[in-house]
Amino acid sequence: MSAVDPTFDLDGQPVPLQPGDTILSAAARAGLDIPHLCWSDEVSGSASCRLCTVLADGRPVAACVTPAVAGQKVECRTASLATQRLRLLQMLFVEGNHFCPGCEKSGNCVLQVQAERAGMTALHFEALNPERPVDASHPDVLFEPNRCILCQLCVRASDEIDGKRVFAIGGHGIATRLLIDSPSGRLGDSALSVHDRAAHICPVGALLPKRVGFAVPIGRRRFDNEDTRG
Amino acid sequence: MNAPVASTPPRKLRVATVSLAGCFGCHMSLLDIDERLFDLVERVEFDRSPLTDIKTVGEHDRCDIGLVEGGLCNAENVEVLRAFRDRCTVLVAVGACAITGGLPALRNHLDVGTVLQSVYGRVPDDPELPLPLNRVLPIHEVVHIDHALPGCPPPADAFWQLLQDLMAGRAPASAPGLIRYD
Repeated sequence: MSAVDPTFDLDGQPVPLQPGDTILSAAARAGLDIPHLCWSDEVSGSASCRLCTVLADGRPVAACVTPAVAGQKVECRTASLATQRLRLLQMLFVEGNHFCPGCEKSGNCVLQVQAERAGMTALHFEALNPERPVDASHPDVLFEPNRCILCQLCVRASDEIDGKRVFAIGGHGIATRLLIDSPSGRLGDSALSVHDRAAHICPVGALLPKRVGFAVPIGRRRFDNEDTRG
Repeated sequence: MNAPVASTPPRKLRVATVSLAGCFGCHMSLLDIDERLFDLVERVEFDRSPLTDIKTVGEHDRCDIGLVEGGLCNAENVEVLRAFRDRCTVLVAVGACAITGGLPALRNHLDVGTVLQSVYGRVPDDPELPLPLNRVLPIHEVVHIDHALPGCPPPADAFWQLLQDLMAGRAPASAPGLIRYD
């Protein structure tokens, strides 16, 4: 008698799970998409964006940090969760300064493609237009805080992959911001190298390697393809 | 035997369009529906629009559809937008600037007096110039918007889909791939 792999149910699909799996990591391995911004299989989960909120046996949880449990019923594609994801994305857009038409990350931006997939056509909320000065002090990496969504991917990559802890999150509420570990607080005085994973893991256009912008023409960018755009 | 029902052509929908703090790129994209323009003019007539040079929106007849390109950067933009809301049954925010303020809103963290001073060397005071707003606003912050067509510009197919839906009396639904922000 062969052992049957344990599974949980995601919107009617059985998803095999392995020891240590979260709902999101098991779904990703099975090729099933749970919308997310702050999760990567390269670093630990942080549950900071909450876009991956699903209903696990009826209870709302962040799929990126919630352990997958055999036999559990997980709902992702419900009308109410879709509206919640849309509102969350709209709040992320109005809290920063996201000018897609002039951003070199456009077409490769995970925030942008998640909003497009969520059917976002308008902001719904009032644009806050915060004032956040650009930090261009690093010779090879631009820090554009107007686009930062505080996902902490750079924080975790710098800590867990690069072993440098260049970034941290500071402040509270609407004033929460990305901090840089350097005497001046500027990126140019930090230990960040353009070869660090933290310099490339940003899902939006907040941390950008310099001198490669717009190298890939419109039409050949990551999410220009119908299959990848979703 | 019933008499044959005389078929009358459906009433043409009245459409007004305007570019506020925009670049007319959205209007150019509307023209990119190309040969479908022939179908469109069979079904609609244009009210105030750069295409007609009519100066006042809905002066004689209410409009069925108003397409608003561009955000609000001065008091005249606000006045025109309010007139559009008043005279159009369905108002659509067209393009990134109408929806988010767009690139003109990059000045929002700067003092408007300082900007004028640095561009013109003085603050222009001609009474014919509309007063600039402190912030460039997306139009949904001033009037109610019924639909939005994102993009910079929205693809021609998105315009055509929207107009077809509205002409058929359906709520507009953006097909996958027609929602884009650049």
